[in-house]
Amino acid sequence: MKRQQILYLWLSEGALDTAVIGWAFFDGAKGAGPTLPEVEPPYPTGLAALEDGWFMQQSPSPYELHPGAEHGASYLPNEFIFERTVELPD
Amino acid sequence: MPAQDLRLTTQEMAQFVADGYLRFDALVPASINERVIEELQSLHAAKMRQLVESIGLNPDDYAKAPGGEITGPQSLTPLSQCYPEPSVIGEMLRLPQVQGIIESLVGPDPLYDHDFVHYIAPETTKGQHLHVDAVMDDQHPSFDIQLFYYPNDVAPGAGGTRFVPGTHLRRTRAEGVARYQHLLGEQQYSGSAGTIVIFHQGLWHCGQPNPSSQERWMYKIRLNPRVPQVRLWNMDDFATMHNDARDHTFAHMRNDSVAQQLRTMQRWQQGHEARYEQMQRARLWRYLSGDEHFDVDYYHTRMAIRTSANQEDAG
Repeated sequence: MKRQQILYLWLSEGALDTAVIGWAFFDGAKGAGPTLPEVEPPYPTGLAALEDGWFMQQSPSPYELHPGAEHGASYLPNEFIFERTVELPD
Repeated sequence: MPAQDLRLTTQEMAQFVADGYLRFDALVPASINERVIEELQSLHAAKMRQLVESIGLNPDDYAKAPGGEITGPQSLTPLSQCYPEPSVIGEMLRLPQVQGIIESLVGPDPLYDHDFVHYIAPETTKGQHLHVDAVMDDQHPSFDIQLFYYPNDVAPGAGGTRFVPGTHLRRTRAEGVARYQHLLGEQQYSGSAGTIVIFHQGLWHCGQPNPSSQERWMYKIRLNPRVPQVRLWNMDDFATMHNDARDHTFAHMRNDSVAQQLRTMQRWQQGHEARYEQMQRARLWRYLSGDEHFDVDYYHTRMAIRTSANQEDAG
């Protein structure tokens, strides 16, 4: 049976090869699969996560800013979501 | 000899605007730290019973310690009327150094919003997600402060509050930042007994597990200003640090100015996104300094010039 691992990476810019500034990891395999590298951040860029076997599930779309909101700062804009599946014995 | 001015300096105020917090290590003397725990225990028990009751549960089933009526202040009470003698909490709040910090940020005799005692028992395994307290505020740059007082030593990793410097000016809902497990530059508080940390109300933070064998006590009080928060601090270094709009990285830049402090970003604030942080910091400093033309790297100024030119043209 398969279980999913999910990795969120927040990058400094909208391109996948820019620097990781934040991260979150959720492990549906409860530790039975590979874990993250024990460094902070776990990958220097989003591209480095791809090179380590993660599959990208979602990348942020550019969005139009409403008038008056052009200069605001809110949630981190460059959120990329990755998946890795772990095969477990039935 | 004039009385010593214990209010914050311009340099400290600019640091608060940039980072969203200020830290004062071992500010409260041991004579208060050692006596305050008993009062915190009582307040904690009473508040926990009230909270449990408010969601329809029987406090006797949940509160570990007996707790009486809450004897602390009600919201809207001026700080000067909160915790009168012989309260040890009041003794801490009335320390001249603490009064100087409070007055610099939210003015004389601000209003009590609420307080709470955050207790983390030894060997607590659960922590909180990152959050912002209360609800998202409106657009006005005025702010509340939250004073965090740690009466005991807190060892590294022993339940100290985790927080992310520089997040205070991002407009987010309280629970919306829970998705960020880790950000570069985040900190977990540890320090000596008597340390006070002041947060801008918008700073992202969370309680942490306490795997140690030591109890972790922290007293938090939120205060609302009753006056405009304009030039309330010690202005001795203001004239030398406060810059005008010509302080511009891509033209002529000063390295000893308020603008230079506001340019200094946290490790998670990289890339072009940091420019919007600068704009928000500049906006807050405009409010605090009363200088509507203040700027950091010219972002507000060039737009104002174009707007002004077109208004004149239309007139």
